[in-house]
Amino acid sequence: MKYRLVLILGLVLAAWTWAEAPGLSPSSPEGLRPAGTLGETTPATPIPGDPREVEREVRNYPEQPPVIPHIIRGYQVDKRFNRCLDCHSRESAPSAGAPMVSVTHFMDRDGQVRAAVSARRYFCTQCHVPQTDAEPMVDSDFHSIDRVLQEAAEGGQP
Amino acid sequence: MKWLKRYWQVLSRPSLHFSLGVLTLGGFLAGIVFWGGFNTALEVTNTEQFCVSCHEMRDNVFEELKDTVHYTNRSGVRAVCSDCHVPHEWTHKIARKMQASKEVWGWIFGTINTREKFEAKRRELAEREWRRFKANDSLECRNCHEFDSMDFTLQEPRAAEAHSTALGGGDKTCIDCHKGIAHELPDMSGVHR
Repeated sequence: MKYRLVLILGLVLAAWTWAEAPGLSPSSPEGLRPAGTLGETTPATPIPGDPREVEREVRNYPEQPPVIPHIIRGYQVDKRFNRCLDCHSRESAPSAGAPMVSVTHFMDRDGQVRAAVSARRYFCTQCHVPQTDAEPMVDSDFHSIDRVLQEAAEGGQP
Repeated sequence: MKWLKRYWQVLSRPSLHFSLGVLTLGGFLAGIVFWGGFNTALEVTNTEQFCVSCHEMRDNVFEELKDTVHYTNRSGVRAVCSDCHVPHEWTHKIARKMQASKEVWGWIFGTINTREKFEAKRRELAEREWRRFKANDSLECRNCHEFDSMDFTLQEPRAAEAHSTALGGGDKTCIDCHKGIAHELPDMSGVHR
């Protein structure tokens, strides 16, 4: 009796798993992962390479954190040392030929400019990333502010 | 004292039972075995496997090395611990090996056997290596990176400028600028680089 119960329970569980496994994902949206593949292991997309020769890029809107035009592989940014500030700090920027971090990075949350880079702006890659040669994984209908203004001036729907 | 005298007498008198041939040839062969054994043992202590057999090395500095270009790169050339931390030339190698006996001391008494202890000593340990590289003009770097073989035109302008002036003129050596290339840096406050 006991064994039969275990057997039935096992069969029910197996049937449920079989029925549920493909059903895990159809409801998931089409995003970076194709819909209906949540239960599967898909091949990893190749890691985008760092382009060797990069120019500084125009920003798409004034507040955009500028992208990093060089390789930052293995850069140490932690409590002990900040490799980015090795060149981009106020003292080193001219001799390194690098742009100095802007004054906003020295402001605390009250807008008071401090002597050193503020703790909340210390971790560079929270906002700044290198520009890679990766293809966009999802479509974007982003327009630059110039185009939005131009379309508004022409009377069209922006 | 008596036994010492007996040994001296045995050593100072001609051999009674062994011919000169056995003594010279046997001595020669034993010399080869011992010398070879000594060097083999020395080489064993130069392997990566030997270095990371201690958790102090495996969990701290070796982990940090793994991400760097000296360990992971597209061309498959790899520098192991001893390539940078032990001179290749014999005399200097023996000198370094004798200094390294202090590391055995540290291992026995657990000087850096926890992460906290290692972090507390990180600056001191790093400074010791910087001093060593500075003193020997970055000898271990130059075992692979030869100044005469550098093509400045392939370097970035700033690098070419620094290499052709400060490095070429002997004012600076590799370690002066290239700190923290194989391991993470300690707290760098007050370090001029």
